[in-house]
Amino acid sequence: MVTQDAVHPPAIRTQGLRKVYPLPRARRAAAASLPGAQIDGAAPEPAVAPAITPDGIVALDRLDLEVAAGEFFGLLGPNGAGKTTTLGILTTRVRPTAGQAWVGGTDVVRQDVAVRHLIGVVPQRPNPDRSLSVLQNLIFHAAYFGVPKATAKARASELLETFELADRADSQVEKLSGGQQQRMMIARALMHDPEVMFLDEPTGGLDPQARLALWEILRDLHAQGRTIVLTTHYMEEADRLCERVAIIDRGRLLALDTPAALKAQAPGGTLIELTLDGDASAAAEGAGAIAGVVRVEAQGPVLRAWSPRAGEVVAGLIRAAEQAGRQVRDIHLAQPSLETLFISLTGRKLE
Amino acid sequence: MSAPGTREHRPPRRAPARRVSAAAVFGALLLRDATVARRELPAFLVRVTFQPLMFVTVFGYLMPLMSLMDRSYTATLLPGIMGVTLAFSSLQGVALPMVADLGYTREIEDRLLAPIPTWLVALQKVVAGVIQGTIAAFFVLPVARLIMGPIPNLTMSHGGEVLAVTLLGAATFSTLGLLLGTVVSGQQIGLMFSMIVAPMIMFGCAYYPWKMMFHVPVIQYAVLINPLVYVSEGMRAALTPDMLHMSLSTVIAALTVMTGLFWWLGLRTFLRRSVG
Repeated sequence: MVTQDAVHPPAIRTQGLRKVYPLPRARRAAAASLPGAQIDGAAPEPAVAPAITPDGIVALDRLDLEVAAGEFFGLLGPNGAGKTTTLGILTTRVRPTAGQAWVGGTDVVRQDVAVRHLIGVVPQRPNPDRSLSVLQNLIFHAAYFGVPKATAKARASELLETFELADRADSQVEKLSGGQQQRMMIARALMHDPEVMFLDEPTGGLDPQARLALWEILRDLHAQGRTIVLTTHYMEEADRLCERVAIIDRGRLLALDTPAALKAQAPGGTLIELTLDGDASAAAEGAGAIAGVVRVEAQGPVLRAWSPRAGEVVAGLIRAAEQAGRQVRDIHLAQPSLETLFISLTGRKLE
Repeated sequence: MSAPGTREHRPPRRAPARRVSAAAVFGALLLRDATVARRELPAFLVRVTFQPLMFVTVFGYLMPLMSLMDRSYTATLLPGIMGVTLAFSSLQGVALPMVADLGYTREIEDRLLAPIPTWLVALQKVVAGVIQGTIAAFFVLPVARLIMGPIPNLTMSHGGEVLAVTLLGAATFSTLGLLLGTVVSGQQIGLMFSMIVAPMIMFGCAYYPWKMMFHVPVIQYAVLINPLVYVSEGMRAALTPDMLHMSLSTVIAALTVMTGLFWWLGLRTFLRRSVG
């Protein structure tokens, strides 16, 4: 029995969490190619290949996390990074291959039923009960959690009011817009008044206006004292909403801190990215010698340089490329952000 | 804790969540299915009884009228028709929603997140299938009797046995529905019906008694793997006991073993597909 901080256990703790999905039989032999594997259930859709080993696809590799009660926490990473798998394990829907995880001090594997009382889950793709009306979705959800009927009714009408769905209470779910469905999913997850809300890329398919509205809802939930865990591959979302952000990629935790502290970790200020007409490695040598450039990286035809004085070094970078016999096709500047940090950590873009 | 950026723990928002009994959750899940089923009851009954009743009209009404079939055939047909209706409404009642839920819609996710062990979610689906099958069977029985007119040797004096065979047969086909619904993918449903369901009906002793197949012993013994054989024969034993039929104890033993087997296999695939 693990009793960590018995008085106020952290909302979430994971220890050496690892998840390996078995390779589909056909791929087990040739485990070198990218996995376009369709895995059932809460598994991610790997756009970027997670590590493939003879054991299978490593979706999560010894993840250690701790989220304080009442915290607004973000998991930031590209598709296939392991965010959905992490959420799947924490919400009792995916069994870890190794390691342990607790929600509110309760083990998610051994006491999964108890954990389900504590959590509200909003999945990546809205999966409302389409055989029921909006109101029935909420009422039945409450019934699954043993909420007394009168309480459920009162709470449902309150939530529908808050989420501007009151006039849609008796609608079939199909008739709702994407944003309305997403709000209904959040309202439904709140029906049993959970301590911890998990939202998997909640703003994914939403237009900018609906996204802003959803951000407001999430801020309100947080203000009520709930712990919120959000996955996203929009750095702006993580930056604007979360108190702390974990950057994960290929199942590993790369960085964990407040957005401000993370941005401060981004190397040497502005990122200057030059796309050349050929391999950039020769140009990188010359670029590294330019005063004011703190870091240089070549990746295929892309030359990346970091500098606190971007304006002064751009001309030098172009010259360095030309001296290496390359033409510059494109230049892109990016302010220090979670995005530039992510690129410096992984050599890849987030979105 | 020295993890970067770890914050002070705030006290929890309020007292820990209350618990709810598994039975209460199970009841709520059943009530959900009942709510949906009640709305869809007419469509459901038409879907699962239309074909058997057309069969009854042709072979139990028209052909005896044309003297192409002996009237006594109705006594063989009625229990079989009840068996077919029971079997396939139970099977469909579990398998079809399961294929959709585990495949594209993932609608079952909210029930898998309910505070109840996952195997109980599967059991609830089976119980819902049993109820649907039983309703369909007891709907078709009087209607078929009306279409065919008076049926020689039909007796309603073994009500308990009729109910027992009905419930057990429904359980067999609901658990089979769980197995097929978790194994078969959306694209394969058509194939499932033509490759599994259709032969099961034709070789399920619904339209002829099992003992009469002694003419071709190979087929007679091969069909014993077909659970519909026991449902049809069990219905004969309970509804027309004076006609040729398998013994009720054989029927009950076979259906019990098959229910256990299908439940075990179906639960395994259900858990594999619902828990990552």
